[in-house]
Amino acid sequence: MQNQDQINQLKNIVQDLLDEAKRQGANAAEAGLSQENGLSVTARMGDVETIEHHCDQGLGITVYWGQRKGSASTTDLSPASIKDTVRAACSIARYTNEDEYAGLPDKEQLATEFPDLDVNHPWHISVDEAIAMAVACEDAALSYGSEISNSEGATINTHQGIRVMGNSLGFLQGYSSTRHSLSCSVLGQRGDSMQRDYWYSVARNANDLEAAADIGKKAAERTLKRLDARRLTTHQCPVLYAPETASGLLGSFIGAISGGNLYRKSSFLLDALGQQIFPGFVRIHEQPYLKGALGSAAYDGDGVATQIRDIVSEGILRGYVLGIYSARKLGMQSTGNAGGVHNLAIESGSLDFQGMLKQMGTGLLVTELMGQGVKMVTGDYSRGASGFWIENGEIQYPVEEITIAGNLKDMFKHIVAVGNDIDYRGNIRTGSILIEQMSIAGE
Amino acid sequence: MELLNIAKQAILMPAGIRDGDIEKIMGSLLSAPIDAADIYFQASRSESWVLEGGIVKEGSHSIEQGVGVRAVVGEKTGFAYSDRIELPVLMEAANNVKAIVRQGQEAQVALKTRANWPKYYVAADPLKSLTDDEKISLLRKVDSETRKLDSRIEEVIVSLVGTYENILVVSQDGLLSADVRPLVRMNVSVIVVEKGKREQASMGGGRRGDYRYFVDNDVALDYGREAVRQALVNLEASEAPAGNMTVVLGAGWPGILLHEAIGHGLEGDFNRKGTSAFSGRVGERVASSLCTVVDDGTLPGLRGSLSIDDEGTPTENTILIENGILKGYMQDKLNARLMGVNPTGNGRRESYAHLPLPRMTNTCMLPGQHKPEEIIKSVKKGLYAKNFSGGQVDITSGKFVFSASEAYLIEDGKITRPVKGATLIGNGPDVLTKVSMVGDDLEIDSGVGTCGKDGQSVPVGVGQPTLKIDGLTVGGTSI
Repeated sequence: MQNQDQINQLKNIVQDLLDEAKRQGANAAEAGLSQENGLSVTARMGDVETIEHHCDQGLGITVYWGQRKGSASTTDLSPASIKDTVRAACSIARYTNEDEYAGLPDKEQLATEFPDLDVNHPWHISVDEAIAMAVACEDAALSYGSEISNSEGATINTHQGIRVMGNSLGFLQGYSSTRHSLSCSVLGQRGDSMQRDYWYSVARNANDLEAAADIGKKAAERTLKRLDARRLTTHQCPVLYAPETASGLLGSFIGAISGGNLYRKSSFLLDALGQQIFPGFVRIHEQPYLKGALGSAAYDGDGVATQIRDIVSEGILRGYVLGIYSARKLGMQSTGNAGGVHNLAIESGSLDFQGMLKQMGTGLLVTELMGQGVKMVTGDYSRGASGFWIENGEIQYPVEEITIAGNLKDMFKHIVAVGNDIDYRGNIRTGSILIEQMSIAGE
Repeated sequence: MELLNIAKQAILMPAGIRDGDIEKIMGSLLSAPIDAADIYFQASRSESWVLEGGIVKEGSHSIEQGVGVRAVVGEKTGFAYSDRIELPVLMEAANNVKAIVRQGQEAQVALKTRANWPKYYVAADPLKSLTDDEKISLLRKVDSETRKLDSRIEEVIVSLVGTYENILVVSQDGLLSADVRPLVRMNVSVIVVEKGKREQASMGGGRRGDYRYFVDNDVALDYGREAVRQALVNLEASEAPAGNMTVVLGAGWPGILLHEAIGHGLEGDFNRKGTSAFSGRVGERVASSLCTVVDDGTLPGLRGSLSIDDEGTPTENTILIENGILKGYMQDKLNARLMGVNPTGNGRRESYAHLPLPRMTNTCMLPGQHKPEEIIKSVKKGLYAKNFSGGQVDITSGKFVFSASEAYLIEDGKITRPVKGATLIGNGPDVLTKVSMVGDDLEIDSGVGTCGKDGQSVPVGVGQPTLKIDGLTVGGTSI
């Protein structure tokens, strides 16, 4: 209940902002406010290294003068600051140009149902308990093997926040959410070869975190597997993206069908709606109402209801990723994606990770990618990679200092299989993804 | 003194915080047996303006202020911050952070002011250097002049961003340091289209100064011209080669090679902990004798420059590599103390809400003897990488990448045709040992760099002359 009181208090501030905007002459406005508290504790080499107490807040407002728009934000929530912030936004709106596409959503597009998405689970962990857990996590890694030589530590993060948003059409909503994580990063050494790897777990509810010792062990195991990495010769071969790297591929796909890149014509998937982008077995969908998930939300950054929907089915692009502004620019309807997608998932096939390795037979398993190297306007793709060389479905040796390259349009068309080894840790949920062939550059 | 007054007026006076209050908070912090402590006050205002589709579409203004309190004992750090600069909040923060150690005795602190130190930029508010009307006209002029350059231009996006930041930092000995930091940045991004083929390129720059920089000498219009030139080159580009080859890097921004390949690996924290591929290698050869690399925070007006770092230490011109030999690391106070060396003015933080870390300022390789033309001429077959986008490094394995955004094939000593951008990958500790020619054309980048570390972003600069590297892996598709 205390939580509800706090939300109401913040709702009042947002309402004050909107009222002030009206008073200063804006004909429409939208405003948001967030407040967050957190604790983060890092242990390194068996002892506490840092204790950080987080406490952030901020508010932002966008005002419309006719079709002109101005925005302002501040970390100061005092009444005087609210007036100044609105004034700053209004002053900017006097200089921006009329933009026929600017403005709030239509009233009927706004979300009207606000189910409890089970995203608020405060973790009442004391500093001492957090230290003990971080130490235990790191210890599991350090004691994993004699070749674990050093550590970047284990870190516990716990954050609890409230977000409120409202607009001058009468939309005013707020909710609390939590996010907790535990991560560990250690180094291994064998002769001259020094490697580092990490593992982490993240969840809305601390009970859903992987056990501290398991995270430590996994970090150590991953690190040791990388020792004595070799390079590969320059050639073409199949590439299997492990789940933790496959999410980036889907992220690039979402970037290419996002409103901003589409209306700016800076995407390699312009006018691709209704076209075959992936093989027929691929289905990519959004699940905004999953209970307790990291990407769950009932409404987007415009206040528009989010949608359970297929973005791709039978490999065909069924919808873009649009907010109000980009939808209007494109002459389309918002898809409830101002601010991004919600629990995006690619449907898995029947193979587990081992099965995917077997399916690939001989090729490269990619477990880490480096650099940006993705050109949205052309789909050209070239990134640094490390992972493992696979023969006959078996891991042969670790590889590093190579690049993998291709064009995303071709890579998407040549997805061979999607594994059921799903990584649930992010807003994009995917198993491993096998691409028929890419260019490897190495020795 | 003048800076201190500006900063006090911007941060402390509105909050009603007096010198006596700061002494009280620091006294409370020091009541625990700690090695170091600081209180960091910050107040900043920033604005951004964006022109797109021929209209000034968006403008925003933001105010950020707050205070961070830190206590350090041995290798342990306690940290708390708040965006409310109020005495009770500060006292609570101090109590929270000193929980890192057991309670000790009460302590007395008297504030004192740092004696004069050199300033590398003017303490003026860049947001006021042009009127809002003038800012709008500048954006419009860049848009219309750029669009005139070529009929294949489809879209032009121009942005203008300015920040005015005041900081005040008090260390455990009561020493009070202040800085007033202007930062401006402008960018022009274009999309060109020809026969259904699209390309995009952008060019920008900035400095610790004011908006007049973009107006004077038509600097902003040059960004537009350069963006269009690059985009049109890329329209003609064919598949990039794949494999190990000789690479000639252009002068200026390609210096992100230095930032990624060796810079991060020479930051004090990684070396104190022994997690860097360069750990324990001071005095060893890590580059060819042609290479001398510095991190210089004292270059006037540059994006990566600072008069003092975020711990109040005046910045320096720090020699990292001299004639190929590793000389030293970049240090903040904590890591310098633990390694028994002096801080080098590299203690930086994104804001009051972040802990200081050893970070780069402007990282540059000093010029050599060769003309850039001689360097190209010496290559039988290779890649000339003229421009780059970003990069990344794994400091432990030493592997780094950086992505070319404009590149050409070199065949028989001549630049022949443009190829698509590609990621280049190498090994930090040995890439500079393969430098076989260094140009005489040292250039500092135009002021676009932002470096990320531990989730914190800070503005940085890089610079280098034209360089020839005998063997770097180019990640193209043409095999």
